[in-house]
Amino acid sequence: MEEQAESGIVKKFLYVNRRAPHGSIYAHEALEVVLIAAAFEQDVTLAFIDDGVYQLKKNQDTADINTKNFSKIYSALEGYDVEKIFVEKESLDERGLKEDDLSVDVEIISSNDMKKLITASEVIFNF
Amino acid sequence: MLHTINKSPYEKNSFETCMRLAAAESSILLIEDGVYAAIDNTKISELIKENPSNFKFYVLEADLKARGLDKNSLIPNIEIISYKGFVKLTVENEKTQTWL
Repeated sequence: MEEQAESGIVKKFLYVNRRAPHGSIYAHEALEVVLIAAAFEQDVTLAFIDDGVYQLKKNQDTADINTKNFSKIYSALEGYDVEKIFVEKESLDERGLKEDDLSVDVEIISSNDMKKLITASEVIFNF
Repeated sequence: MLHTINKSPYEKNSFETCMRLAAAESSILLIEDGVYAAIDNTKISELIKENPSNFKFYVLEADLKARGLDKNSLIPNIEIISYKGFVKLTVENEKTQTWL
């Protein structure tokens, strides 16, 4: 906590993830940026909406498409004090996914609560 | 004719447009983010299950695996194929329409 005070301003950062993990570079890049904010000890929150919920799907194995399996990083976020991960229930339901299908502990919230989360944040990054 | 779809059905309307415009008996191959259309019990899975145009549906295994999916989560009438199967389909069909 002392370090935070020394390094100055701490803001509420929200990272909004709305894309599937392997068809484009967005999801992987978002993780990189999240880790940077965490390194600067900012107040980091992640939101997963629309196809972004697929990023958290269990058992991803990219060996046969020759790309890095960055899905393992989500479960390591806790080690960087990134613990606030919210998933919109409506997005999961539409895609036939349940909490049990996800690789990390998340908080599943309604559209209405997601709306409040976005409103309450100070800096928003969209991926 | 072979149709390939590589975008999520929730991100773009490529899947729905293909369903609407592909001729009866066409082969439809789901690749890359298109594989999300193959999951059962979703907002759009009925489109594949009803299948009034009698399409033959395929999905590329490597793209399923990358996304943490397997046959247990898929709609039953979709066949899982390898890269070799993809090549075979391409050769067997005179034309390929790519829905981006």
